[in-house]
Amino acid sequence: MAIPIEMPKMSDTMEEGVLVAWLVEEGQRVSAGDVIAQVETDKATMDLEVYDDGVLLKKVVKEGESVPIGGLIAVLGEEGEDISEILERYSGKKKAPAKAEPASEAAPAEAASQPEQSARAGDGAPAPAATAGDGAETRIKASPLARKLAREYGLDLRTIQGTGPEGRIVRRDIEAALARQRPAVEVAAPAPEAAPAPAPTPTPAPELLYESVPITPMRRTIARRLAQSKFTAPHFYLTVDVDVEKAVAFRQQLNELAEAQGRPKISFNDLITKACALALRQHPEINASYLEQEGEIRRWKEIHIGVAVALEDGLVTPVIRNADQKGLGQIAEETRALAEKARQRKLQPQEMEGATFTTSNLGMYGIEEFTAIINPPNACILAIGAIRDVPVVKNGMIVPGKRMRLTLSCDHRVVDGAMGARFLKTVQQYLEEPLNLLL
Amino acid sequence: MASKTRKKQQATQVDQAAGQPNGQVVQLQVPSKPIHFEQTFETYPAGAYTHEELGLSREDLLAIYRNMLLQRRFEERAAQMYGKQKIAGFLHLYIGEEAVSTGAAWSIKIGHDSVITAYRDHGIALALGMTANECMAELFGKIDGCSRGKGGSMHFFKAEKKFFGGHGIVGGHVPLGVGIAFAHKYKEDGGVCLTFFGDGAMGQGTVHESMNLAALYKLPVVFIIENNQYAMGTAVWRAFANTEFYRYAANYNMPGALVDGMDVFSVMKALRKYVALAREYQPSVLEVRTYRYRGHSMSDPAKYRTKEELEAKKKEDPIIRLKSYMLQHGLSTNEELDAIDADVKKEVQASVEFAEKSPLPPLESIYEDVYAQPDYPFLA
Amino acid sequence: MAIMQFREAIRAAMIEEMERDERVFLIGEEVGQYDGAYKVSEGMLKRFGPKRVIDTPISEAGFAGLGIGAALNGLRPIVEFMTFNFSFVAFDQLVNNAAKIRYMSGGQFKIPIVFRGPNGAAGQLAATHSTSTESVYSYFPGLKVVAPSNPDDAKGLLKSAIRDDDPVIFLESELMYSMRGEVNEDPEYLIPLGKARIAREGEDVTIVAHSKSYWIALEVADRLAEEGYSAEVIDPRTIRPFDFDTVVQSIKKTNRCVIIDESNPFASVSSEVAFQVQQRAFDYLDAPVLRVTAKDTPAPYAKNLIEYYMPSADAAYEACKKVMYVD
Repeated sequence: MAIPIEMPKMSDTMEEGVLVAWLVEEGQRVSAGDVIAQVETDKATMDLEVYDDGVLLKKVVKEGESVPIGGLIAVLGEEGEDISEILERYSGKKKAPAKAEPASEAAPAEAASQPEQSARAGDGAPAPAATAGDGAETRIKASPLARKLAREYGLDLRTIQGTGPEGRIVRRDIEAALARQRPAVEVAAPAPEAAPAPAPTPTPAPELLYESVPITPMRRTIARRLAQSKFTAPHFYLTVDVDVEKAVAFRQQLNELAEAQGRPKISFNDLITKACALALRQHPEINASYLEQEGEIRRWKEIHIGVAVALEDGLVTPVIRNADQKGLGQIAEETRALAEKARQRKLQPQEMEGATFTTSNLGMYGIEEFTAIINPPNACILAIGAIRDVPVVKNGMIVPGKRMRLTLSCDHRVVDGAMGARFLKTVQQYLEEPLNLLL
Repeated sequence: MASKTRKKQQATQVDQAAGQPNGQVVQLQVPSKPIHFEQTFETYPAGAYTHEELGLSREDLLAIYRNMLLQRRFEERAAQMYGKQKIAGFLHLYIGEEAVSTGAAWSIKIGHDSVITAYRDHGIALALGMTANECMAELFGKIDGCSRGKGGSMHFFKAEKKFFGGHGIVGGHVPLGVGIAFAHKYKEDGGVCLTFFGDGAMGQGTVHESMNLAALYKLPVVFIIENNQYAMGTAVWRAFANTEFYRYAANYNMPGALVDGMDVFSVMKALRKYVALAREYQPSVLEVRTYRYRGHSMSDPAKYRTKEELEAKKKEDPIIRLKSYMLQHGLSTNEELDAIDADVKKEVQASVEFAEKSPLPPLESIYEDVYAQPDYPFLA
Repeated sequence: MAIMQFREAIRAAMIEEMERDERVFLIGEEVGQYDGAYKVSEGMLKRFGPKRVIDTPISEAGFAGLGIGAALNGLRPIVEFMTFNFSFVAFDQLVNNAAKIRYMSGGQFKIPIVFRGPNGAAGQLAATHSTSTESVYSYFPGLKVVAPSNPDDAKGLLKSAIRDDDPVIFLESELMYSMRGEVNEDPEYLIPLGKARIAREGEDVTIVAHSKSYWIALEVADRLAEEGYSAEVIDPRTIRPFDFDTVVQSIKKTNRCVIIDESNPFASVSSEVAFQVQQRAFDYLDAPVLRVTAKDTPAPYAKNLIEYYMPSADAAYEACKKVMYVD
C-alpha cells in the first residue's frame, strides 16, 4: 500500500518548509531511515528521512517549493502501485494539513497563518474543495473584522476561542490573543490596512525598479520573532564601559597555554559568555521569562547562553547549555563548533532552542556600541561592542587603556533598571577581574 | 352676458380660495323651484371658414400645407423604420390628426406660449417647428435627438419652443399644463398653455382636478381634448357615460366648445378665440374631434373598428381638404403642391440619414440629466 | 441664535426664502386662511398675500402637478402636503413627473420644487395616516429626500432645499413640530444636502438614525454611556443622497452598527444602509448590522399596539448591546 510522505514539523516554530533538494530519484528504492531530501525550515536545513521501505513513486513538489506542515511531499510504495487515491486525497488542499483539520478549514486557516501572502487572494473566494463529509460545525465562525485582524497580525483563527454568539470569534477575542503577545493598544491601530491602498501607479516595468527577494523561512522567523519582541517587550537599555585591559592580557595568557596544549583558542566572546553565565547565577531574576499566557514570570534554573551568529542571509543563535558549569575551554570549543554548523546550515533545532540569555557581538565590525532586540522569551540580551584603545588617566597620568562597551537590553516586564544595572555591574566585575572567571 | 356672470362668480371663488372672503353671505337655502341649468357651447364645424376670414395669405396656406404634410410623411417613414427595427419601444402615430397640431401651432406665439401633450407627440413637435432631424434622431435613440436619446417617441421636449413634452402616463401631464399656465400668470408674461390630451384621459382624476384648479385660479390654459374616438382600443361610448366631452367645461364654470379636427381652419378659428380668452385668464375646454388612421401603437391592428369607418374618415383627410381648398380657390397648383410633397419627402429622407449617422449616446451619459447637481453621488 | 419651535424654524426658512426670491411660493391645503393645518405657515398669507400663499382644494395630484408645471416654467414652488400619507394620491406626479422629466428631456428642464409636510406615524392615527415614506421616495433617482431631526437642521436644510435646482421631498413630523431648539437666524445659514451630522462621537457602536428616531438614538447613547459604553450617533439628515461615507468612516472606528428607522422594515432606509455598510465596510464589522424599525405590519390604532409597533429605545438599546457582545 502506497504511503504519503508529508512535510514533518521540524522545529517548534516551523510552519512550513522549503524542499531544497531531492536526494533520491523517482523509481529509486529506499529504506527506512534513508534521507531522501533536504528541507529548509525557518531555522535550518534539515534532512528528510523516510520511515518505511519502498520505491519513491512520485515527487509531488519540486525543488524550491514551499510546503506547509502536513502537506504532501512524495509518495512511497511498490512499483506499479496506484497512487491516484493519495494524490486525490491531497489535491484541492494540496500542501494543506492532511488530517489535522477538515478541508473547509483550509481557507481561513491558511489565510490566517500566511499573512505574507497576497492578503486579498483568499477573501471571498470559496474555500478550496470543501469536500463532502465535513461537518458544518467545523467552519470557523469569525466576524469579518476578526478575520481581517487575524490576517494582519498573522494569527491562526483555529487557535482562538470565540466568545461571541455560537462561538463566533470577534474583535475582543483577537485583542485577547494579541494581548498575550503585545499591548492591546496596538490592536486599535492596524494602520497599514485601514488606509486605502495607494493607487497603483502605472509603472512601465516594475522589475527594473527593484529586485524581488523571496522571504525565506529564516527571514520570516526573524521578522516575526523580533517584531513580536520589539512590540511586546518594553525595552530599556543600560550601557557600561568596561576596562578590559586585564581581560585582554588574561586571554592572551590563556591562548598561549591553549596553543601549547593544542586546544582551540578562546575568543573574547567566550570570556563574555562565561562572565554572563556566572553573573546570571548570581542574578537569577535576569535569567527569566515573562509568560503572560501562563500568568507568571519564570526564573530558569539552568543557564543557557544563546550566541548570535551572523550568516550570509540572516542570523541564528546556537545555545551553549549550562554555560555557568562549563570551563572556558569547553565554551570556546562548543561555540566554535556550533558556529561552524550554523554557517553550514547544519544546526539541529535542539541546538538552537532553550536559550535563557543571549549575547550579540558586533565588535569585530568595529561597532563600538549598539542596542540589540531581546530574543524572546529571554528577559535580556547583551550587545557587545568593539575593544577600543583609549587614553585613560591612571595615577594622574594619561596612559593607553582598553575599553569595551556592553549594552544590556532589558524587558521591563521582568527586569527593572536597578536590577539590570546590578547584573551588568557583576558582568563588568568579572571582565575587569577575569581571574574570577576561573573560580 | 352669461360669460360675464360666470367671470364674476369665479372671481369670488378665487378670492375665497386665497383666504379673502368678499363679505358675501353664502346661500345655504335650497330653492323651492327646480334648478334649470343651461350653457351654450360654441361649435366649429368643418368647411365653415375661409382663409380670408382667418387672415391667411397664400404663403401661409402653403406653409400650413407643408407642415401637415411633413408630419404625415415623417410618421410614414417612422413606421417603416420601426419595421426595420431602427426604432424600438412604443411608436404612436398621429396620422390623420395633423390639422389639430398645425392649427394649434398657428394660433399661438411659439416660444412664448407653452404646449404640453401626451405620448402621441410627433405631430405637435413638428408643428411647433422642431426639426425632422432631431425628432427622427430621438426615435432612433441617438445623441442628436431632441431629448438626447433619453426620451424616445413618447417624450419629445424642446425648451426653446416651450414645448414641455411628450408624456407617457395618460392624464398625468394635465396638472403640469395647469402649473405651466400658473407660472405664466404668476410672472405676468402674457403666455398661455395649450394642454393637449386624449379622450382616454377624460377618465383620469387628474384631468378633472386640473380643470377645477385652472378655473378656480383663473389660469391661462386651454384644455384641448383630442377626441380620436378610441382610448387605445376602447371606443369612447364604451368608456364614458357622457361622451360629449366639451360639456365637462360646464362643471368647472368654464366655456367649452366642439371643434372639427379634420379641418385646420376650424381648429384655428376655435383656438384663436380661446387662446385670446386664456390671455385674459379665462381657461376653457375644447373638444376637438379627430381620427387616427393607424392603430393605437405599432402593435395594434385596430380590429375594434371597421374598414368602412376608416375609409369614410379618410375622405375627410385634413391634408386633402386643404389641398382641394387651395386648388379650388386657385391658390396653388397640383405641380406646386406635388413639388412641396417631394421636398417634404426629401427632408424626411434626410432626417433618416441624419438619425442613422448620429452617434448613440455615450454610456457615461446615463448619469447625466438625472440631477441638476453636477456631482450627485450615484450608488454603484 | 434664537430658541424656536421646529414649525417656526420651517416657517422662518420659507419666509426668508420667499423674501429673497420672488419665484418662491407656498401652495397646499389650508396653508393660507387656516394658517396651516399644523400652523407651520401661520401668518404667511398675511405677510405675502394670496398670490404667493395659495390654498388649494383637496386635490393632491392636481396641486402637486401644478407645482411641478410651475417649476418647469420658471418658478420655485413649495408644495405642502398636509401629511405625506396624502402624497400617495399624487404619487405619479412625484415619481414620474418631478423625478423624471429632467432626464427624459435630456436635461432641458430643471424642476426646483420642494414637497414638504409631516411624515411617518404620529400616535394613534391608524394605518393610512402613519406611513413613513422616506424609502418610498428615495427609491426614485431624480428626487432628493431630506428628513431633519431638529429645528436648526430643519431651517438650514429647508433653505438649501428651496434653493436646490432638483426636486426635494422634505419630511417633517407632527410630533416634532413643537420641539424647541436653538436656531441659527442668519438668512444665509444653509446646511448642504447630502451631508450627515455626527451628533455624538463614540467608540463602541455607531447608531444611524434620522428624524424622530434620532432622539431615540440619543437616549440609547445616554443609557449606554451610564454603563461605560460610548455610542457614536449619526444623523444622516438627507436620505437621498445618503452620506454613506460618514457612516462607513464611523464604523471603521466602532466596528458595529445599529440603524433606527421608523419605516416598515422591508426595503427601507435601514435596508439600504445595512447593505451599503456591509459592502463598504465588510472587513471592519465585528457583528452583523442590526436595525430597529417599525413592525412589518400596517400601523395599528390601539394605544398598546401602536406603541409596540414603533421602534423603541429599549429595542435599540438591546440591539446595541447585542452588536457589542455584552449582555
